[in-house]
Amino acid sequence: MSDLDHVGRPVVAVTGIGLVTPLGFGVAANWAALLAGRSGIRRIARFPTEHLKTTIAGTVDLPEEAGGAPLVSSRRVLRLATMAAEEALAMAGLGGGDFPGPLMLGMPPVETEWPHRFALSARAAEPRYPALADAATGQEWLYREAAFAPVGEALAARLGTRGAPVAISTACATGASAIQLGVEAIQRGEAEAVVAVGADGTVQAEALIRFSLLSALSTRNEEPTRAARPFEKSRDGFVMSEGAACLVLESLAHARKRGAAVLGLVRGAGEKSDSFHRTRSNPDGGAIIAAMRRAIADAGLRPADISYVNAHGTGTPENDKMETLGMRAVFGGDAPPISSNKSMIGHTLSAAGAIEAAFSLLAIRDGVLPPTINHDEPDPAITLDVVPNVAREAKVRHALSNSFGFGGQNVCLILSGAPA
Amino acid sequence: MAAGEIWITGLGLVSCLGEGREAHRAAFAAGVAPPVDAATYAPFTVHPGPAVNLDVQIPKKGDQRQMEPWQRLGTYAAGLAIDDAGARGLVSDMDLIVAAGGGERDIALDEGVMAALAGLPPEEAAPKLNEMLANGLRPTLFLAQLSNLMAGNISIVHGVTGASRTLMGEEAAGADAVRIAAMRLAEGRGRIALVGAAFAAARWDMMVLYHTGGLLRRGPWAPVFSREDAPGAVPGTLGALLVVETAESARARGARGLARLNAVVTAQARRERGEDGRDAMAHAFARMAPALRDERLAVISGATGVAGPTVAEREFLGALTRPLAVRAAGSRLGWGVEAAFPAGIATAALALSDGALPAPLEALEAPFEGVPRDVLVTGFAAWRGEALAHLSAIPEGDQP
Repeated sequence: MSDLDHVGRPVVAVTGIGLVTPLGFGVAANWAALLAGRSGIRRIARFPTEHLKTTIAGTVDLPEEAGGAPLVSSRRVLRLATMAAEEALAMAGLGGGDFPGPLMLGMPPVETEWPHRFALSARAAEPRYPALADAATGQEWLYREAAFAPVGEALAARLGTRGAPVAISTACATGASAIQLGVEAIQRGEAEAVVAVGADGTVQAEALIRFSLLSALSTRNEEPTRAARPFEKSRDGFVMSEGAACLVLESLAHARKRGAAVLGLVRGAGEKSDSFHRTRSNPDGGAIIAAMRRAIADAGLRPADISYVNAHGTGTPENDKMETLGMRAVFGGDAPPISSNKSMIGHTLSAAGAIEAAFSLLAIRDGVLPPTINHDEPDPAITLDVVPNVAREAKVRHALSNSFGFGGQNVCLILSGAPA
Repeated sequence: MAAGEIWITGLGLVSCLGEGREAHRAAFAAGVAPPVDAATYAPFTVHPGPAVNLDVQIPKKGDQRQMEPWQRLGTYAAGLAIDDAGARGLVSDMDLIVAAGGGERDIALDEGVMAALAGLPPEEAAPKLNEMLANGLRPTLFLAQLSNLMAGNISIVHGVTGASRTLMGEEAAGADAVRIAAMRLAEGRGRIALVGAAFAAARWDMMVLYHTGGLLRRGPWAPVFSREDAPGAVPGTLGALLVVETAESARARGARGLARLNAVVTAQARRERGEDGRDAMAHAFARMAPALRDERLAVISGATGVAGPTVAEREFLGALTRPLAVRAAGSRLGWGVEAAFPAGIATAALALSDGALPAPLEALEAPFEGVPRDVLVTGFAAWRGEALAHLSAIPEGDQP
């Protein structure tokens, strides 16, 4: 295979993968659990759930939290991102604190959280914002936890990436956007290698309540492992989750030159935003159809070349219906199998696009499609092969990974096998 | 006109000085201190935003209600920029690369929660917090303050539906938004993009956040290079959206360019190790220098007034060893965080298209009588990140 793609851009290789999800720490543990059809969703133990409509989530509980206060979101995001990145860099043989390229970090917005406000409030003359401001004097630790730049700054310092880290948020497409930023930087020759990370760690009370108030979350609290039911008839919303994935991206030429093992390729990306509504797609599916088609075209492929689709598949009634519409528009009657990792790990939000790209690469590598679990009763409106309940062996050369975000930001990636 | 040439063809600038090119041109020429509010957020001073008629750019009241102030400001400024560029017909494939903050709070709800829960043991406070938030949070607040929803609202209100990317990370995110948009256009990904950011300063929640970082000036307004008595930034409500476009695209549709965007470089010094970014910026400048005319160089400075980076920038500029005419955008518009660098670019583009630099506001700002043809834009951020851009005037013969 040439080092350049069909339009003369450097081919983008993946030489390292790192994963942390509610299913476990590391690529091996996650992939085994995913293929076994295990659910990582459980009752929330991190904080009390009285007065909450939803009391389940996918959580990554950290050893340092045992018996103590949970980390605030920004610190959890940094911790999960660091774990995923260190695994990926070690796999790529690029660990050691001097990485030859920049960091593209997909992460959730961070902000002051209740532990911060209570800490300031305890020092303040009265529980009012002006008094909080006075109490904020000299509390630089709080800025490091509540401003945006410090997460990327700390991760870049730890990994030894070059230049300014770029942090991006496109809601549920964030992880895919981070990979896309990295792919573009390599394709235009700006970088030889990129650390692309998607991370999220926002399972805390206020964030859960916000999603609840949008009526986005499953309330199947009595059966946590059966609550995430993408494409299934009785699906009632997504399950909030967290985790991180990292891909080490390199130009194929760079990887070959240093003799790195190539795990797969990111062959193309496509995006198209929607102007219809803040939380819903245009009923014509135009934007998600365009994003899928653009990704396939960007990779120099035709729809018939795609043999597996890693779904956005959130398990909301709306998403899965629209994704089905998009699949039929792009692939016609002969749509490839599509499965949703979210049936097992839940919706990892800003991490999802990166986690699902990583799982897509593993599916190609091992020739096996992860299942969509909890598929008890098919939805007559969804006629796709969703790889129900049990993993399936299948030869996959090119996979499409879909990510569709609140705010109408849709990003699709094409993952392909390593060149022979 | 070189291949890969990028023009700025529209500005959407909303600040304490007003809205649009004409209001800013007049205020910059007048050379007087910008409007401030020193009382409402004392001991902090802010530059309040102007009263704007939101209906002009966000016609549906329903849309306005779905946004917190910074999203409204950005969506409004985006409309100004698109109109200024005459680019309404190009929105369906216009790429959108913005920088955003977020985290605007329901102040009354927060204060109510703090008052109710102060002093309760944690095991009692946590369930009560759930109850108060579940009953008290407006369902629309989440999306109204969510970072990527400024872009989402720009798509909904103005129909901008190409790529959509929201970068986060204070000033550095604003600089990277401009850099990435320009690089994508230069390599032929798309023909036109809307870039920039918006920041609503007049909010206690933002004061608390930035004051924890020690970034705010406590005291009355002074120009940024005259704040040794109380170093820090004076926040300013600021919407700064730019339409950037390939010169080829602009000429093909007969759109005049305001300025050429020749180079944007971003870096991040490890300040905790004592680095201050001067080396990376000096290196970036060395690569820009061959393209600069041999005349007094106009600089639109992103200096914030925060001690360390402001000193670093003065030393960087001093080491250029050439005559300069520095104008600090922050002395005129305030500190707009994510919007600061795009506003610096907008100020430079305005100076180049008008053929006049803003009038000086302090001794460090040397007089400049001529017509600026090159402008350097600096961005030594308050906390982290450094950026540098070079813009130049478009020769009349290159205009359509």
